[in-house]
Amino acid sequence: MSADPTMPAESALMVDVHLQRADFGLTVAVEVPLEGVTAVFGASGSGKTTLLRAVAGFERPDRGRIVVGAETWFDSATRKDVPPHRREAGFMFQDTRLFTHLDVAGNLDFAARRGGFWPGNEGAAGGGFDRADVVSALDLQSLLHRRAASLSGGERQRVALGRTLLTRPRILLLDEPLAALERERKADILPYLEEALTSFGIPALYVSHDIDEVARFADRMVLLSAGQVQAHGPTMQMLERLDLQPAMGRFEAGVLLAGRVIRRDSRLHLTWVDVDGDEFAVPEISGADGQVVRLRIRARDVALATRRPEGISIRNVLPGRLLELTPGEGPGLVEALVQLRTARVRSRLTLAAVEELRLEPDMAVFALVKTVSFGV
Amino acid sequence: MDFGPVWLTLLLATVTTAGLLLLGTPLAYWLARTSSRAKPVVEAVTALPLVLPPTVLGFYLLVALGPLSPVGGFWLQLTGEALTFSFSGLVVASLVYSLPFMVQPLAAAFEALGDGPFEAAASLGASPLVAFACVAVPLSARGFLTATVLTFTHTIGEFGVVLMVGGNIPGETRVVSIAIYEHVETLRYAEAHALSAGLLVFSFVVLVLVYSLNRKFPPHVG
Repeated sequence: MSADPTMPAESALMVDVHLQRADFGLTVAVEVPLEGVTAVFGASGSGKTTLLRAVAGFERPDRGRIVVGAETWFDSATRKDVPPHRREAGFMFQDTRLFTHLDVAGNLDFAARRGGFWPGNEGAAGGGFDRADVVSALDLQSLLHRRAASLSGGERQRVALGRTLLTRPRILLLDEPLAALERERKADILPYLEEALTSFGIPALYVSHDIDEVARFADRMVLLSAGQVQAHGPTMQMLERLDLQPAMGRFEAGVLLAGRVIRRDSRLHLTWVDVDGDEFAVPEISGADGQVVRLRIRARDVALATRRPEGISIRNVLPGRLLELTPGEGPGLVEALVQLRTARVRSRLTLAAVEELRLEPDMAVFALVKTVSFGV
Repeated sequence: MDFGPVWLTLLLATVTTAGLLLLGTPLAYWLARTSSRAKPVVEAVTALPLVLPPTVLGFYLLVALGPLSPVGGFWLQLTGEALTFSFSGLVVASLVYSLPFMVQPLAAAFEALGDGPFEAAASLGASPLVAFACVAVPLSARGFLTATVLTFTHTIGEFGVVLMVGGNIPGETRVVSIAIYEHVETLRYAEAHALSAGLLVFSFVVLVLVYSLNRKFPPHVG
């Protein structure tokens, strides 16, 4: 935070806007650092895309300010409204919007050329790469002479991402880049997206309604609900917070933990991950010992026991202490937050179970973790 | 056979089409992208030549281009010749008469692009002018083809306006349609046949070419 509370930190994106349309309103005041990936998360119709479009200049807020670093892109008080093509924002559209009259190389050149026209852009934080870097990072070499219309869905997304990167924007605005893809195609492009988000050093606003994508990519998240910011903060903390559950969706509640690979067993195809003292056995993952991985544990995959169970198939049984119980979203459901050694997990229980086990805060319990999914 | 009217007609159609590409493209682009309240009025003015009898249009053009009118008088001072009953006058009249045939297909093509390509271009740093020249125009290739051919063939086929404004001066304003009319009036059916058949075959060949080319420019999606 800078000294003047009305000016954002030097390297932050500050959005403080109000925007009213016939059937929808967006009132957002949020400041996020210009580094890493910030997920804009919420149900459809919550205003995620509108917020992104306002930053890009495609939607004009009724009032407010949008400031990126030291540059004001929009300020209704001074009637400042920088046109979209002068905002150094790289917008990646859900429907890619590749230029069908050009081949892939032509699309990339278009971006590289216009991008180059922005004064001072070459030396900017995102400027330390050229076309060849983007082509190799996204594996575009074999596509260069293909027409945009002949590409598959995943290929189009890769080209669109490369095209956006090549303008060397101050900030990437990704509008659900994976939403239009089928599950398998998603798996194809995820590694590229990950590479692009981490290795080119361009901060990103990542709009998504898929909590697994958010958990995988985002350093922090802004949770939107009905056109308003419900909460924002580091992804791991946000995923822990029970009070945000209705906005996050019933089947998506869970936690995200960061841990290190400590050992593996190739015969059993298991890998053990240490999360600050709590050990989880997960299906075999590639990667060397010591590698940092993110584990996502959904509340519905965690059961609780008051004694250490015996003769049980579940591999991950971790001692802990019950922190709090809150009503679940559905009737007869209860959400529990459990403190392990250092990590916390959430568990979805039935009210009947809670009463039978006489569960209450501060009790010693064992968390039985059925499934662990992970991202890098 | 006298080929004079044929060359004159082709020249008139070429000049008119070129002129309308220059004038009609920005107008069509404006119509497609504007949210101005003046849009319906401009659209109506653009479409007037479609609904007015050529004689009405020709009459007002004759009045507007005559040496006593401001436009005609200015042209007379500038070039030393009158706009009426001259080739230049025919060009001006054809520009007005064929305007909707250029503007309407182009406006439809630009409108069909939607906001998508423009937002994409802007997000890549392209100014509105660059977006127009490097994205909107090439993506509307099919619209340009349709508009160009319609304008060209329609100019070749015009009769009433030409007769009103240009009369029938060999080498100056005597285009094919006028020549055919005169041949029929003077009962020289053989010459009328030759010119009419030529025009019929020409129009047919051009349209076949357009429709087969259209298949090579599929509508642009995404």
